[in-house]
Amino acid sequence: MVNRIVVGAHYGMRDWLAQRVTAVVMALYTIMLAAALLAMPAITHESWRALFAQGWMRFATFVFFVCLFYHAWVGVRDIFMDYIKPTGVRLSLHVIVILLLVGYTGWVAQTLWRL
Amino acid sequence: MTDTTIKKQRPKYLNLMEIRLPLPGFASILHRISGAGLFLMLPFLLYLFASSLGSPESFAGYKALVANPLVKLVLFGLLWAYLHHFCMGIRFLFLDMHIGLDLPAARASSWAVFAVSLPLTLILGGLLLW
Repeated sequence: MVNRIVVGAHYGMRDWLAQRVTAVVMALYTIMLAAALLAMPAITHESWRALFAQGWMRFATFVFFVCLFYHAWVGVRDIFMDYIKPTGVRLSLHVIVILLLVGYTGWVAQTLWRL
Repeated sequence: MTDTTIKKQRPKYLNLMEIRLPLPGFASILHRISGAGLFLMLPFLLYLFASSLGSPESFAGYKALVANPLVKLVLFGLLWAYLHHFCMGIRFLFLDMHIGLDLPAARASSWAVFAVSLPLTLILGGLLLW
């Protein structure tokens, strides 16, 4: 039994909801991508590039990755909160994860918009 | 908290080798492990994604990398991680809606997660990797 001390503005509701919303977005994208790939007669470099060069696909893929990174942030933060007890170490890891995920977002944007 | 709470000496079994998780617990810890593994391998996956969409030279590099049996094995493992996380996530969404909360249903849905994710890993792995 956890005795929660009720202080603060919110109790993780936003992250809890974000975890679910991002999951649903990613699930829909995954099914859509799987269907698009199965509908392709052959996956070549050209057809693979052409798939992601379409405006809507570029948009959907970018939204997928942003959802993935937000989802990963909440999940990894939860893991750190469970297992990493020293506050300094935990917060340092949080900062590293955030910086990584921000960098990944830029990487994906560059990959998609130079097509 | 009151001081009248009786502090019982409860047995603690924290030896990970001795803990026998029930099936839903086993599926649940695999949800966490698969998520952590996917996060750790993100740089590699993003590198593959970027090089597959780059120039013909970078695509050739991607092809050569993916042809490596060791890389194939890693990707196969990550495919399982993604599909287990996916199926387990859907199960959690149903639990959030208070569907399947009782023990028989929770056990059945855990079985269903493995019954879907493991064959799907083999099928999609066979289609995409080999």
